[in-house]
Amino acid sequence: MSPSARSLIPALAFAVLAGPVIVGLLFVLLPAFGYLPALGGDSFSFDPWRQLLAVPGLWRSVWVSLASGLVTGTITLFITGLFLAGFHGSRTFNAMRRLVSPLLAVPHAATALGLSFLIAPSGLIFRALSTVGLGTDRPPDLLIVHDTWGLTMMAGLITKEVPFLLLMALASLAQIDAPNRIAVARTLGYGPVSAWLKTVAPALYPLIRLPLLAVIAYSSSVVDVAIILGPTNPPPLSVAVLRWLNDPDLTARFMASAGALLQLGVTLLALGLWLLAERFFARLSRSWMEAGTRLSGDRTLAMLGGFGMGMVAAAALLAMVCLTIWSFAVSWRFPALTPETFTFANWLRATGTLWTPLVQTLVIGAISTVLSFVIVIAALEHELRSGRPAGAWAMRLLYLPLVVPPVAFLFGLTIAAQAARLTPGALPVALGHVVFVLPYIYLSLSEPYRRLDPRWSRLAQTLGASPTRTFLTIRLPMLLAPCLTAIAVGFSVSAGQYLVTQLLGAGRVATLTTEAVALASGGENRVIGVWALSQTLLPAIAFALAIGIPRLVWHNRRAMLVAR
Amino acid sequence: MQKGLKLQNVRLTLGGTLLLSVDAAVAPGEVLTIMGPSGSGKSSLLAYIAGFLDRDFSAEGTVILDNADVTGLPAEQRRIGLLFQDPMLFPHLTVIGNLLFGLPPGVIDRRARAQSALIEAGLEGFGNRDPATLSGGQKARVALMRLLLSEPNAVLLDEPFSKLDANLKDEIRILVFARLKDRRLPGLLVTHDQADANAAGGRVIRI
Repeated sequence: MSPSARSLIPALAFAVLAGPVIVGLLFVLLPAFGYLPALGGDSFSFDPWRQLLAVPGLWRSVWVSLASGLVTGTITLFITGLFLAGFHGSRTFNAMRRLVSPLLAVPHAATALGLSFLIAPSGLIFRALSTVGLGTDRPPDLLIVHDTWGLTMMAGLITKEVPFLLLMALASLAQIDAPNRIAVARTLGYGPVSAWLKTVAPALYPLIRLPLLAVIAYSSSVVDVAIILGPTNPPPLSVAVLRWLNDPDLTARFMASAGALLQLGVTLLALGLWLLAERFFARLSRSWMEAGTRLSGDRTLAMLGGFGMGMVAAAALLAMVCLTIWSFAVSWRFPALTPETFTFANWLRATGTLWTPLVQTLVIGAISTVLSFVIVIAALEHELRSGRPAGAWAMRLLYLPLVVPPVAFLFGLTIAAQAARLTPGALPVALGHVVFVLPYIYLSLSEPYRRLDPRWSRLAQTLGASPTRTFLTIRLPMLLAPCLTAIAVGFSVSAGQYLVTQLLGAGRVATLTTEAVALASGGENRVIGVWALSQTLLPAIAFALAIGIPRLVWHNRRAMLVAR
Repeated sequence: MQKGLKLQNVRLTLGGTLLLSVDAAVAPGEVLTIMGPSGSGKSSLLAYIAGFLDRDFSAEGTVILDNADVTGLPAEQRRIGLLFQDPMLFPHLTVIGNLLFGLPPGVIDRRARAQSALIEAGLEGFGNRDPATLSGGQKARVALMRLLLSEPNAVLLDEPFSKLDANLKDEIRILVFARLKDRRLPGLLVTHDQADANAAGGRVIRI
């Protein structure tokens, strides 16, 4: 690639990441103030806002969304931080390290569906309680799933976001030489947890700040998990906006646009409140760190971290168990702990309808992943060859689609697509997925790419290899394993997308995820089990290949196997 | 006209302070040794000559190789080979794959050439081995052969013996300098080990 072509790459990345967000927000801004000629709105007005404010239960929706963002963010940070503080270097820590990627590969919707089977009044937990004689032989009359305050939804989000934040923290820990910091603090007499919290956490927090903000933004505007676990009447704001968008009465779209902007405001408010709290705690923690206290409840904190992480891991794994049992169950009456008989019939019955969404998921995942991968590789090569590492602005750009609520800009993007007379279908959906897939591929690949010893490339060049040959025969093969992992990450992000697929496909593009979410309200647990597991299966296969292929290719190259 | 490697008024600065300046000519078959403590910019000097100096540094001066100014050329076109502290055998290639990587593409009988280099290194039959299974001395010899197969016009040596076991050091030193002399290659060695300089047998510049 010529240097002039390479210099276009930052611009391309900007167009791919920021372009859709900016265009989308613009096209939601106009109808929010009454202007959308296609629907007869040809003058500006505040009517959409008046209509929106008159919606009963609107403030409850806003409140639940805001709380979801802040509560999920706080608990996710605490569980991750206290677990790392209490267990760094232990056997539990290493076990969790191995578990974190598989947990992350499970789509949000599948975890949420499995969780609903676990904690519902007729779920596995209450069956177990009945079996040991602590319950009744009827499901208790409790509103757990779809509870009014969205607590179950937050629990579902925490189950998915803790592995995400943990993975980001593990990647960042490599940069700050944690063992040395802890060693110094411990020789000064600090307990292990206090040592971690006082010397590692302050250095780690800035590195996981953007991912954490993404968690908060995501939790304040999530749609699929909210549909499956969240309150229904009124629902969280994002779900309400989606309902108005899908209203057969097209004029409801003006109000929906105003709602989408309100959602943007709610998410920004959640982020703003977080940043304020951050300042407050920064001050507080400084005096705590300088106080010289050697032990500040080390054991209690470690136990809390272990308990939280244990709950998350147990919830995620048992959710999968519940899905699996249901998918093979003939019938499963309460309070039996297991079904009396198992069958393949549920799966066989589904094969006919599974096929098309499965292929659709594969095709959309392949297109969006390949496109994103190529752009990411080009950007990383540009960084490497120009000798200029991506700056802070590049990271912010990367997190833009993860921080702006999708429901806000995707709806605008659909309007823009309609205005441009683009037919909704698999291709626009795949292009839309790139906006979300690309950041994750970059996050996954950039660290190993930069960590590759630059001497390998220099050596190849002194042996006469051109930059292109060095890239193709040295860097790419040496980075085979991280490349495949990044591809698996990208594919699983694509396979799990609900809202983009729904909106840019105009509801006509059916993937495993859209079908699984649609089934959630049907209450046919055996079918849900089959679909949610199928939805999980594709990312699982992708990750298995990402682990297996390098082992196969490098079975005779010892240094390539131990390097990872 | 005179063959060899010439450094004309090469000055290396870091953040405005002068690290070192060199003005020297190295004849074919000669090895010039530059000695200095770590942090004195020795390795950066080699990076500048080879064609990939970090952006943090700035350097000026001309690098002339066999009467041609190579200062503006990209690293892969300079024909200046480099031996690192580590043998740096590509871990994803076989031993012979490493040698073939060094050999220019147009050469006839590539495989036979690589095979005879393997024999020259005393490693006959090691071609299809995983480089990770070689001993330290074997790796060093493969690295040297790979360098020579790439047909450089000059060779830079960045403390290439410092990580070898004591009993191997002498053997590899003798081998490397003998090969450079055989092929009439100008060499530039940076080191902080006096024994390296003695074995190189050429002039020594101390910085």
